[in-house]
Amino acid sequence: MAADLPPETLQAIDGLIARYPQARSALMPILHAIQKEQGCISLEMQEWAAAQLGLTPIQVREVVSFYPFYREHPIGARHIRVCRTLSCALNGGYRVCDAFKSAFATELGEVSPDGRVTVEFAECLASCGTAPVALVDDVLHENLTDEQVAAICEQIKRDTPARPAPPAPDNA
Amino acid sequence: MSEQQHNDTVTVFIDGQPAVVPAGCNVVDAAALAGREIPHYCYHPKLSVSGNCRMCLVEVGTPGRDRSTGEPLRDEDGGVQILWIPKPVIACATAVVEGMHVRTDSEAVRSCREGVMEFLLVNHPLDCPICDQAGECRLQEYATDYGRGYSRFIEQKNVKPKRTRLGPRVILDDERCILCSRCVRFCEEIAKDPVLGFTDRGSYTTLTAFPGRELDNNYSLNTVDICPVGALTSTDFRFRMRVWFLKETPSIDTESSVGCNTLVASREGRIYRITPRRNDAVNDTWMPDSGRVLYKQVDADNRIAACAIDGRPAGPDAAVAEAARLLRAGRAAIIGSGRLSVEEQYLLRRIRDALGAGTPARLVARHGEGDGLLLSADRNPNTRGALLTGLINALPSAELADLRAAIEAGEVDTLLAAGEDPAAAGIPCELLKRVKLVYLGSHHDECTQHAAVELPLLTVFEKAGTFVNQQFRVQKFAQAAPGPAGTLPGLQLFTRLLQALNPDAAVAPSPDAVWDAMAREAPEFAGMRFADIPPEGALVSGARFAGLPFVEGPGLHFEPAGKREAR
Amino acid sequence: MLAVPKRTHIHPLERRILLKHADDPQYDVSIDCYLRHGGYAELRKAAAMPPEQIVQEVADSELRGRGGAGFPAGMKWKFLDRKSGKPVYLICNADESEPGTFKDRQLIHKDPHQLIEGMMITAFAIRAKLAFIYIREEMPLGARILEAAIAEARRHNLVGDDILGTGFACDIVVHRGAAAYICGEETGLIESLEGKRAYPRIKPPYFPAAIGLYQCPTIVNNVETLCNVKHIVALGGKEFSRIGTPGNTGTRIWCLSGQVRNPGYFELEGGRHTYGDLIYRMGGGLREGRALQAVIPGGTSAKVWRAGERFTGKLRNGDPFNWGIEDVPLDFDGPMAAGSMSGSGAVIVIDDSADIVEVLANINAFYAHESCGQCTPCREGSLWMRKITSRMVGGAARPEDADLLAAIGDQIAGRTICAHGEACAWPTQSFVAKFRDKFTAKAGEDPERARSRSLRLV
Repeated sequence: MAADLPPETLQAIDGLIARYPQARSALMPILHAIQKEQGCISLEMQEWAAAQLGLTPIQVREVVSFYPFYREHPIGARHIRVCRTLSCALNGGYRVCDAFKSAFATELGEVSPDGRVTVEFAECLASCGTAPVALVDDVLHENLTDEQVAAICEQIKRDTPARPAPPAPDNA
Repeated sequence: MSEQQHNDTVTVFIDGQPAVVPAGCNVVDAAALAGREIPHYCYHPKLSVSGNCRMCLVEVGTPGRDRSTGEPLRDEDGGVQILWIPKPVIACATAVVEGMHVRTDSEAVRSCREGVMEFLLVNHPLDCPICDQAGECRLQEYATDYGRGYSRFIEQKNVKPKRTRLGPRVILDDERCILCSRCVRFCEEIAKDPVLGFTDRGSYTTLTAFPGRELDNNYSLNTVDICPVGALTSTDFRFRMRVWFLKETPSIDTESSVGCNTLVASREGRIYRITPRRNDAVNDTWMPDSGRVLYKQVDADNRIAACAIDGRPAGPDAAVAEAARLLRAGRAAIIGSGRLSVEEQYLLRRIRDALGAGTPARLVARHGEGDGLLLSADRNPNTRGALLTGLINALPSAELADLRAAIEAGEVDTLLAAGEDPAAAGIPCELLKRVKLVYLGSHHDECTQHAAVELPLLTVFEKAGTFVNQQFRVQKFAQAAPGPAGTLPGLQLFTRLLQALNPDAAVAPSPDAVWDAMAREAPEFAGMRFADIPPEGALVSGARFAGLPFVEGPGLHFEPAGKREAR
Repeated sequence: MLAVPKRTHIHPLERRILLKHADDPQYDVSIDCYLRHGGYAELRKAAAMPPEQIVQEVADSELRGRGGAGFPAGMKWKFLDRKSGKPVYLICNADESEPGTFKDRQLIHKDPHQLIEGMMITAFAIRAKLAFIYIREEMPLGARILEAAIAEARRHNLVGDDILGTGFACDIVVHRGAAAYICGEETGLIESLEGKRAYPRIKPPYFPAAIGLYQCPTIVNNVETLCNVKHIVALGGKEFSRIGTPGNTGTRIWCLSGQVRNPGYFELEGGRHTYGDLIYRMGGGLREGRALQAVIPGGTSAKVWRAGERFTGKLRNGDPFNWGIEDVPLDFDGPMAAGSMSGSGAVIVIDDSADIVEVLANINAFYAHESCGQCTPCREGSLWMRKITSRMVGGAARPEDADLLAAIGDQIAGRTICAHGEACAWPTQSFVAKFRDKFTAKAGEDPERARSRSLRLV
């Protein structure tokens, strides 16, 4: 089964496997690479990854489903993760999350109607001194005030085009 | 203070009582040897240690020693002071050492068990009334013996998929699953088919297979056996019978020469299921799925349940007399079976002797692909019994070419087929019309309509006896159910036929009597008595047959003897 | 844009050794900058030392692990199984996830070469075949910074083949996690690094120094611990041990967060300051009009202290102590004597605007979510406790819930495969023990009023 991945990614994956004394260790970086390229890790790609490493598909799905960062279904164009653990919660983390949700009229874990974002909670993001914090894709935003949240949402709406939401996942 | 015994055992103290146990065994097994149960779910003696259920937590201590002198520390009474490990440890992962002390019944241990029981039941559905596991369920047993007896949980229980088809023979109920991982470890380590796994996390963890894949290997039902709860159930057995009504009879799987030890569960003469019986020298605690369905032959539509002469019902006396008459009347040939018991093969050999030492006797070979585990390439359970009893002295072939040629040449008048269908062995029905067929069989086949005499043969479930497996191990099986009404019980069919052919050769129709006779004749059986053969079987020497090209390859607990020179 | 902003002022009570350059606006993460500041001189020194001597220096320094357990690093290195003939691996645990902790973030993002140098010295000391940095997924920029730094170091022959011409080879692989707290547990990390679910292993027998990654002897150390190694080599172990106090040598980076005016991280000599110094002098104290309600002394796994509590007893040297929270020393032994632990050095301050039951509900939700699910007590117990505290916050609390919570905690601690059992049990046990009145009062409370007054924490 051929993977729908660009040649650079396939080459990078070969390199990943070579880095480790045992091939199975490359599973997590491979899953990261697939998700980065395709937005999620479909069942077909899980079977593909298994075949690359001599594993059975269930051994891959065990890992995909264990770690919250891996997902089997696409999300919005931008990924907003708001920390909900104690120090951030004490400093208004839930309020920040509510603000993101209402700015995009979306609920937790869903793709917003304009397709731009998915808002989720994250557990402690290890920046408690600058609480409340949130990750927007790879960038950590700290000391979030209502104004800053609004500014971030405005920026997203400017930079990221709206797109139709992907079909809702079946509960397989 | 005892020194380590030289024969690889150690002395440990279970609740203050000394016990001598094998060095290096774990505390669960050591306690069991000392007669104390340490309850456990995830531990299984034939699988890797997982240590996740935490039910086997016990207190462990070792005698204290003075660091400088090496002398044991003494308490006020002069007894050796035991240094107890402050936290309880899991017994399944703790290997015994000389002088170890274990408490299995202290307040701390009881508290641990109550805790684990309560936690296991917190999300467990109240399914007992509809769950097959009831009566053999460790949750039930341990809750009764070690649980607190009431629940303090008032929240919402987790909901997970129920009654899903995990494979063609196994149904999965994820709510009942206690995530012990025995089934996952079994599939990976024993069946070498890692098709099961856990998805999601925490208390939402769910046992599952990958979408589109199934648990369908030929060992899938072993997961049902080892599942301590009703999460994995057998599709065949589901809802059919409450286990407390079942009587369990030790038997042997006749699928191949492995001779897996089994338990046949029946109620009032009807068989409901077959499960493996532990034998650490043969099959551990496993058996193939394909051997478990064999009990269905008992109730098959084409069962031969009564004697017949020329197709018309007859009583056993008349049928045996007619069979003997036909066999004495002309030149006879015998087709025996590798599926007959040792005792039946011996009696068949005596029948052959009574007919004349030159009477040809053949077995029908039955070969398949060995799976390297518990299904060998020889699909007859008792080829070696026929060799040891002298019924044959060479390995059988699949087609009885020489016998067929003899019939074609008109050299055979009466054919005695015991436990084999001649047509399946290469002697077509057309050819059989030339001989008088005396058919000892359990099921009607193509040819039985042509039989001059039909005599019903009991299946393995309906008689007692022995088989000799690929290891040359004599293994006993007991009678689980009565034969069809009107059949002769036990070995009477054979002993009566023998007596009709040669009154002086009479043998009493019991395995004990047959073994007494065999012990006098076969060197390998010298000194053996049927009653003394232990439940785990008895090895006999295969040296006399070392030159034969047995077909079996390596399997669990079996390595074929060194490759023989090409003949 | 900097991955992590520099902290503009350093408190005078700090003694910055690890963070000496981290917040210097002129300092960047490049190897050139590191070399200009004398970097990798200690690696050169260590490369010429016999490995046993490096180990001994670390043992002499009495450096204790900075990840939360405080186990002496030199002792751990000495436990390494040298007889099996199997390759030895080094793993840097950069999965910083203990709530309240954000010190490794600073070291990784602001001075990555210090970590790399520390790791390479360690690799020499233990003769590691290969080293890994397991970094949490939520620090993507940190992973890139480390990869770039390693590449630079490789080009300078400081990592990889034939390091500094010694013939010794050891490379560093940066391995990203995927958002699971349990990967911070060393054997959970190893399982994850092997490409599996992060199920911690039973100990015995799977102590990593004996049986670790790929069943080979492995040393797992925290980021901060490994950063200290360079300074131990620079000063010598005995000299290093004079920093701080006996049993608490060196400095530690303490993290202060929660409801204080000036949260942040502070590098302090072991045992020379108190919780009062941290909360009030460095942290600026409570916010306007608020009073202290509780302090969590060492990450949310640590047992909580109630404002106004006093701790009495005898220290190890026989001296009696009588402390309020403010008097407890900032070291390993002080919080232990006060019935808790310093853990990862994360101090969380809770004031009287927070509903303490809701605080526990927030903590329970974290541990329930992060439980790997392998063993019965933690798996079922953590979720059960979460369901109870959520129900209580939702207005359906019962008077007996306090006892029930404590009983469940008692059924978990000490009975699990890994310390996540204690981590999820201790908060519940200690919150109920110290704030029982608040828990029983919840039963009679009007949920609407409670909700309108409280900060939302679940």
